[in-house]
Amino acid sequence: MDFLRPTDWAGALAAKAAHPDAVPIAGGTDVMVELTFDRRRPDRLLDLSGIPELRRWETGERTVRLGAAVPYRAVLDHLAGPLPALALAARTVGSPQIRNRGSVGGNLGAASPAGDSHPALLAAGAEVEAASVRGTRRIPIDAFYTGVKRNALAPDELIRAIHIDRATGPQQFAKVGTRNAMVIAVCAFALALHPHTGTVRTGIGSAAPTPVRAPDAEDYLTGALAGAGLWEDPRPLPEAVRRRFAELAATACRPIDDVRGTARYRVHAVGVLARRTLDRTWDAYTKGLTPCA
Amino acid sequence: MTIGPGALSQRSDRDTTGGIGESTQRPDGHLKVTGEFAYSSDLWHDDMLWGHTLRSPHPHAAIRRVDLTAALALPGVHAVLTHHDLPAATHYGLEFTDQPVLAQDVVRYQGEPVALVAADHPETARRAAALIAVDYDERPLVHDESSATAPGAPVLHPGRTDHHAAHVPHPNIVHRQPIRHGDVAAARARAEVVVRGEYEVGMQDQAFLGPESGLAVPAADGGVDLYVATQWLHVDQRQLAPVLGLPAEKVRLTLSGVGGAFGAREDLSMQAHACLLALRTGRPVKMVYDREQSFFGHVHRHPAKLAYEHGALRDGTLLYVTCRIVLDGGAYASSSPAVVGNAASLGLGPYEVPHADIEALALYTNNPPCGAMRGFGAVQACFAYESQMDKLAAELGLDPVELRRRNAMRQGTVMPTGQPVDSPAPVAELLARVAARPLPPERPWADPAGPTAAPDLRELPGGLSNTSHGEGIVRGVGYAVGIKNVGFSEGFDDYSTARVRLEVVGGEPVAVVHTAAAEVGQGGVTVQAQIARTELGVTHVTLLPADTTVGSAGSTSASRQTYMTGGAVKHACEAVREAVLARARARFGTAAALEAGKVVAADGEVLATLAEVLGEEPVEIEREFRHRPTEPFHPRTGQGRGHVQYSFCAHRAVVEVDTDLGLVKVVELAAAQDVGKALNPRAVAGQIHGGSAQGLGLAVLEEIVVGPDGRVRNPSFTDYLIPTILDVPGMPLDILELADDHAPYGLRGAGEAPTLSATPAIVAAIRQATGLPLRRVPVRPEHLTGTA
Amino acid sequence: MRVTCTVNGRRQVADHVWEGESLLYVLRERLGLPGAKNACEQGECGSCTIRLDGDLVCACLVAAGQAEGADIRTVEGLAAEDGTLHPVQRAFLDTGAVQCGFCTPGLLMATDELLERVPDPSDADIREALAGNLCRCTGYEAIMDAVRLAAARRAGTGERA
Repeated sequence: MDFLRPTDWAGALAAKAAHPDAVPIAGGTDVMVELTFDRRRPDRLLDLSGIPELRRWETGERTVRLGAAVPYRAVLDHLAGPLPALALAARTVGSPQIRNRGSVGGNLGAASPAGDSHPALLAAGAEVEAASVRGTRRIPIDAFYTGVKRNALAPDELIRAIHIDRATGPQQFAKVGTRNAMVIAVCAFALALHPHTGTVRTGIGSAAPTPVRAPDAEDYLTGALAGAGLWEDPRPLPEAVRRRFAELAATACRPIDDVRGTARYRVHAVGVLARRTLDRTWDAYTKGLTPCA
Repeated sequence: MTIGPGALSQRSDRDTTGGIGESTQRPDGHLKVTGEFAYSSDLWHDDMLWGHTLRSPHPHAAIRRVDLTAALALPGVHAVLTHHDLPAATHYGLEFTDQPVLAQDVVRYQGEPVALVAADHPETARRAAALIAVDYDERPLVHDESSATAPGAPVLHPGRTDHHAAHVPHPNIVHRQPIRHGDVAAARARAEVVVRGEYEVGMQDQAFLGPESGLAVPAADGGVDLYVATQWLHVDQRQLAPVLGLPAEKVRLTLSGVGGAFGAREDLSMQAHACLLALRTGRPVKMVYDREQSFFGHVHRHPAKLAYEHGALRDGTLLYVTCRIVLDGGAYASSSPAVVGNAASLGLGPYEVPHADIEALALYTNNPPCGAMRGFGAVQACFAYESQMDKLAAELGLDPVELRRRNAMRQGTVMPTGQPVDSPAPVAELLARVAARPLPPERPWADPAGPTAAPDLRELPGGLSNTSHGEGIVRGVGYAVGIKNVGFSEGFDDYSTARVRLEVVGGEPVAVVHTAAAEVGQGGVTVQAQIARTELGVTHVTLLPADTTVGSAGSTSASRQTYMTGGAVKHACEAVREAVLARARARFGTAAALEAGKVVAADGEVLATLAEVLGEEPVEIEREFRHRPTEPFHPRTGQGRGHVQYSFCAHRAVVEVDTDLGLVKVVELAAAQDVGKALNPRAVAGQIHGGSAQGLGLAVLEEIVVGPDGRVRNPSFTDYLIPTILDVPGMPLDILELADDHAPYGLRGAGEAPTLSATPAIVAAIRQATGLPLRRVPVRPEHLTGTA
Repeated sequence: MRVTCTVNGRRQVADHVWEGESLLYVLRERLGLPGAKNACEQGECGSCTIRLDGDLVCACLVAAGQAEGADIRTVEGLAAEDGTLHPVQRAFLDTGAVQCGFCTPGLLMATDELLERVPDPSDADIREALAGNLCRCTGYEAIMDAVRLAAARRAGTGERA
């Protein structure tokens, strides 16, 4: 096995171009487990931890550009204002030790349907900045997840950063695990209200082969809010709207039975989480609580 | 640099003083907090090789062919062994010799060892193992009672010759123990209320943190020195010597640092394998299981199916109980027979039950082998009989604590085995203690007017996952009490050995204590030193490493080690004291006691210092200690004085359940336990806390999930979830000290009882919160939301 | 490959390191520092917790090559040069928070880091900070006592992070 350790981004891209089979490693929270338990024996590891820019973030007017290897700890400590759902998700990742190493870029690279950051990215709206020696492109988050643990990256591409829309309204993330800490999601749900566009977005984790949105639920709620003029004149949501949104969110699931939970439970729990996150975000909106910049 | 076996003798007593009854510090504590304590996975030898085990991927298969060519050709590989390479005995086992050292023509569970590799690096060993080509022919498997005993079912161990073979109704039943007590038919006719229930307990894992590991060093005399983490050095030695084809004295074991045990180190794991590789290669061999290997490499708690019927009068008086307990022993016997004996004889719980029909049995199946885990046999039964007591209380409209109190066993109660309980049995008192505690305050989210303050997620079900801010939360309270036997039962010759020397070092008297008792974390070493100080009036105690150069201490299990090895140390110290006093009497004409390093007369006059009396001539004495003899249970009636001592613990659990999502937060888990005499109160509290937490794990988290295909779904700490510090609540304790006059210092074994009642108390609390019947542990979110 | 790093203030060199090795393996098997423990090797137990350039991490999840040039602290570096125990070590002994001790090194490192950041943690803070460190023996009660005691002693002595 070779251990490639570029010290700048150009070097990383060159290494990936020369060795498309090289497995990128940053925090190591996924890759090292696969190595230790003999599930993977790549010919090369491409270590990205020596590239400082990957651990930096910039908060712009509309988006946050999050370096691919920024650890969850930094998201939690510094970005809860512009990225509330992602910060809530970051707090649920593994343990403090994992949060110091794991990153959104790593979650995207692994593309596990159980990755904690995916629902928050889907709900907030994001683009993945993918780069290779051929150039740089931005992949909308909705087009990024292509299958179970598969993503839209080309073999010679690396994730450089994630551009996440700054919150303009309340956001929530909630995840179900059977333990009260350090647990992989049985399922997860994120909801973001986007008052400036009069829309809502959702994200569901661990309840389909890939992270997914719940488009019917989004359309329904967007319509219900607009139809009743609730954005302009926020009032408590009718029970029927809350219930219908939860039902439609649950129908977006395509879960399986596995050791972490049954498919039936996942569908049920996503409905519960959808309702609770809606109640919390809408309550915050009606109280005029918007995220601070 | 070398972290050799030499590190093992660094036991220090620099932080430790105090006799029995004091919360003295651990003699190994300093090494443990500095990282210097040598656990079995820390051992290192200059020219050592790494051993690795190739395991079967199939739960039941014939092995048609094994091709080692490619593995042997890999550079860095020093040996590859299969059963063809075994020099002598091919099987081992704690009770039956039924388990192959390496599989021969058949594998009977997923994970069964098939071949061994020794190589110069763990990765080389793994690569070599992957290159071993094994041609399997999968066979139909048996995975439960009906498949194991169906007509034409494959018999997993044909031609059994073990001591239970003659009386079992089917060869796939390891052991079956009926108990007939009184006249159930007549009692049933008188019963005014009858409740029936069927219960299930999942397969729990001990999940100790320190993986199976050790270092085998071939010796010049043709023997082998094994440094290993185990619970019982001499039973390992007894099983290893025939396998290695060596006399016992050439198989020398030394206890290495043990990272927890809880029953999982009672059977052999890597011991024989490391020794075989070391003897074959002539090089020291280190083996360290990774967590996945560990899940496949040790036995688990028996999963169980239990059917109970309780009959009572309207006032709650129990008339009779019938029960049938089916334990899944998996592919090999391990300690299944003893587990059956416990489940049967303790199957009624700590209650007066005048009439009972009990049947417990363990199966052979193609599931992972099951054996010892903290509270064995009694844990499974306790979940069922306590669930039944709650069901009966509900049926009668009685308070569940009151129903238990009315039926509580006491000193003098006759067990269903006919054995009277001849020491304190404060069952009602323990329940009263936990019930009398003030309940933890209601939380802000319980206010129907809405939460008064922002909730702290960390106090809610779901914890950091942000699932509930108070939505769906309902509180419940539950109670349970249990009974566990202490020490080895059913006629086993249970003893421990201690060698104690009193000598002068640097002008100070020092007691040197040598036993083979395995210190697995419980604090046996602390207690042994305390006993020596108390009995010999000295400050300085040196504990020699546990090894096989001294007689057996028996196992660190069955809550027995303070009783047994503590008893042995006490007896040896008493003999040493007598010898010293005799020497003093010869000199001074009188001498009555050893106190604070002095020899004193009956009137308290100091005759001399202990150092003066000892001079250059140390006193060394070895003693064996036995508890009162027990007898086997009759194979058909179950009658017999089978147990030595009982241990009792009661719990009250307060839980909050997110009833929409089925998530549980245990808010408080209070316990009350009688320990006879707390030799080290802090260590006793640690046992109760730790045992309670493991019971919590079984209640809501922990299960090795085995599919109907015999394959384990979750052999990792990612999916086998043990409680974190956010899952375990505050655990207030009441510790009673009612002496058992038969035991050293009146003490009562304490380690296991708390593991029993924690589980049913928590489940009772969840039932109260949800109104659901909940017949199975661990309780999963699916069970609470109707989505299983 | 060769890996050079600083461990507990000392420069260390490990040779012939296999590229797939973890930093945990290098510390334990090549540098003679077995204090960080190998309980799960999948980041799920915290027994291998160390400080890597100040960050609290699981050494089992750090590839050996990623430690090149890094500043590492392990449990072996907690006590003073003269052997005086660190206050957190002392507190764990004084409260009976050590049983088998396999989780102890990781918990000591995590507690030390917590008290650096939060000198007076609430019980909930302690539980959140230590949620990545499994203990199978103690039920965590004595560990809670140990952290509270260490915090109180730090406050009493005016020690600052």
